[in-house]
Amino acid sequence: MASKSIRIRANIKGDVTEVKALMSHPMETGLRKDKKTGEKIPAHFIKEVNAEHKGTSVMVAQWGVAVSKNPYLSFKFKGGAAGDTIKISWVDNKGESDTGETTIK
Amino acid sequence: MKRRTFLRGTIATSMVGVAVSAGMLSPRAVLAAWPESSFAAKKVADALNSLHGTSAYTDSGDIKIKAPDIAENGAVVPITVSTGANAEAITVLVAENPQPLACNFELASNAQGFVSTRIKMGKTSDVVAVVKSGGKLMSAKKTVKVTIGGCGG
Repeated sequence: MASKSIRIRANIKGDVTEVKALMSHPMETGLRKDKKTGEKIPAHFIKEVNAEHKGTSVMVAQWGVAVSKNPYLSFKFKGGAAGDTIKISWVDNKGESDTGETTIK
Repeated sequence: MKRRTFLRGTIATSMVGVAVSAGMLSPRAVLAAWPESSFAAKKVADALNSLHGTSAYTDSGDIKIKAPDIAENGAVVPITVSTGANAEAITVLVAENPQPLACNFELASNAQGFVSTRIKMGKTSDVVAVVKSGGKLMSAKKTVKVTIGGCGG
């Protein structure tokens, strides 16, 4: 499933699957000022990331403004097998969201 | 009438049973609402109290923090936390940030004690990794020097 903002790699070695994801998102802290207007750029950041393996949640990440722009995430779990679906979804503070999927290789 | 009620009750119970065995009602997977007060807390202890119900932790040699000694860019500091303990949650805090809580990872029972991400640091600070295991908190920290702060403003 092509996602606009999430790229995922999931690889299995032995019985451990390692998932790496890169998301496109400004992760604005709300503290930065627009150089032209002097106004603060409003906070816009991913609050929650949900990672699922075959439909079951493996990890939920709760993020604040201190996670870097275009966030990177990696985690590992057991019980996966090549060909299984990994799905990662995020929701941000404006209610926007996106989901990406891949299969374990 | 009684038979109908009895059957309904039995089916409901067995449905719950199926749901539990399918892992849908597993307590680990319950999504907590986004912890607003934890992220707003201005001190590490307050953030931990709000997030995990306690700020008491023991230092642990079983938690490894991989982070640069000197961060070239405070806006993007790569951090990897790994532990051999059976981690229920891994929390990353930057002690000197205006709001120390950076991120929290809730892990399912089959997830390993390993997370990696990139965080913003306002200035040289201890990065504190807290692992929740068996309901208790353990922690380790690493000082990361920051030459160019990453919080903006």
